[in-house]
Amino acid sequence: MSNMTFAQKALARAAGKDYVEIGEIVNANVDVAMMDDILGPRIEIAEGLKELGVGVWDKSKVVVVSDHYTPPCEIKQAEAVKFTKDWSQEHGVDYHEYEGPCHQVLAEACYNQPGTLVVGTDSHTCMSGAFGAFGTGIGSTEMLGVAATGQIWLKVPESFRIEWRNTLGKGVFAKDMALFDCRTIGHSGATYKALEYCGEAVSELSMDERMAISNMSVEMGAKAGYIPPDEKTLEYLRAHGSSRPYVPLYPDGDAVYERSYVHDAAALAPQVACPHHVDNVHDVTQVAGAPLTQVYIGSCTGGRLSDLRAAAHVLKGRKAAKGLRFLVSPASREVYRAAMAEGLLDILTDAGAVIVAPSCGLCLGAHTGILAGGESCISTSNRNFIGRMGSKDASVYLGSAATVAASAIEGRIADPRAYF
Amino acid sequence: MKSQILRGKVWKFGDDINTDIISPGEYMDASYEEIGKHAMERAFPGFADTIEPGDIIVAGKNFGPGSSRETAQIALLYAGVGGVIAKDFARIFFRNCINVGFPVVTFDGTDELNQGDEIVVDLLSGRIENITTGKVYFGSRLPQHVLSIVEDGGLKNHLKKTLKKG
Repeated sequence: MSNMTFAQKALARAAGKDYVEIGEIVNANVDVAMMDDILGPRIEIAEGLKELGVGVWDKSKVVVVSDHYTPPCEIKQAEAVKFTKDWSQEHGVDYHEYEGPCHQVLAEACYNQPGTLVVGTDSHTCMSGAFGAFGTGIGSTEMLGVAATGQIWLKVPESFRIEWRNTLGKGVFAKDMALFDCRTIGHSGATYKALEYCGEAVSELSMDERMAISNMSVEMGAKAGYIPPDEKTLEYLRAHGSSRPYVPLYPDGDAVYERSYVHDAAALAPQVACPHHVDNVHDVTQVAGAPLTQVYIGSCTGGRLSDLRAAAHVLKGRKAAKGLRFLVSPASREVYRAAMAEGLLDILTDAGAVIVAPSCGLCLGAHTGILAGGESCISTSNRNFIGRMGSKDASVYLGSAATVAASAIEGRIADPRAYF
Repeated sequence: MKSQILRGKVWKFGDDINTDIISPGEYMDASYEEIGKHAMERAFPGFADTIEPGDIIVAGKNFGPGSSRETAQIALLYAGVGGVIAKDFARIFFRNCINVGFPVVTFDGTDELNQGDEIVVDLLSGRIENITTGKVYFGSRLPQHVLSIVEDGGLKNHLKKTLKKG
């Protein structure tokens, strides 16, 4: 059948059907179920499975990542990680800890296969869409159902098509595209919708950068954020030793979209989300000069190799402003090692950065550098809600790694284009 | 919920009834009975004491935005509300309703139903009969596999039943 969006095709496949309507509720078979250390086994799932008297439905399809509370800064966090680890080992499922945010770990371990259905107990599971998978975040009770049966009911969402024409200018990155999407669609403008990103500027992006775009889909309320898989996608999977079979899915030419956006990448300036909303986005030139006490490069949105390269490009031979706190958390062990091998960590630490463990800690204000009242930070992460990175009296700005690096030099929000 | 048929009196509400209206946050940690007593009180003080068990809330657009906590559904269940018919529902609220076993029907024509009308709703077919006016409408129908979660009293009970069978 034709006329289908990616979301229709992916959910039809997962439900074992040839065709599904938009708005239809399907019973879908899950390809990968990811749990983290916050809303994973310790909430509802471990107890629930015990109560039901069953184990996980398919060990090869369940992966658990302790990332939010690692490395733990208090006993409660340590207990959560220990519980998560013990449970995973007891159930014989793939377990990762201290390696970085779950979505990056998922990508590197090849759990994001084109055309598949990935669900996770974290809202940014939509990042799997960068590989052409249907990735979506679910709650703990729903994960209990998935863990026990491998199935979940899902409503087939309407889709928005977001086309980025032309090529990004120098000093402008995928993160700027993602922030601009939030600016145009709004923080809840795509609630329950699936997003499809396409166009020349999207095809030109590396997998690293595509992940930043899909990742931010949930900041507009979206259920999923698809980017059509291409040779780059397949090459990433090959290079990471993917061995599972998959069939890439593409929307039909005559698919029906609830809304369509067309943007000109060449006209895009670096974007900055200002306190305290992800859609309070402005061109960097409008907010340049805002004073900072901390800058942060890291997270599942902005701590990948391409981000560290952009930051190193800006900071090579330069220093961060005196008195500014400059923290870098590579998005994974793999990213950490690659950045070390390329000499990026030398450049960043020469500039004054402190490299901290790959983790979610800073992004959600859990540990490893939370903000005090009155402090302000520009970050490559994904949310700047009140209190997100610590005190509710702190201010958080969001930008690309290049914007954060340029801001580090000046100690104030700065336009990175001067360095490219 | 034991049957696929709801029967009760209509209680009308407007658009954007959020989870703080359905169940004020201050009762978050109270007993389920206590949470139920305060259901909808921000929009209709004394609602839980006024309605008859099985009565049906009929609302406008975007019913249930806000918190992902399941206390909103608990409040409605314990207040004795039989189900909610609305033009559309907030995403998480809708999912939570199914997963705790609370009937919801999406129906674009809720303006046709008046305060106090006696209605009968067949969840399986989506048929809404207004006994008071004699008119019949069709709302969205839940597919059988989702309806069976509602019938079993929520996802956990449904799993208990189905896994035993399997």
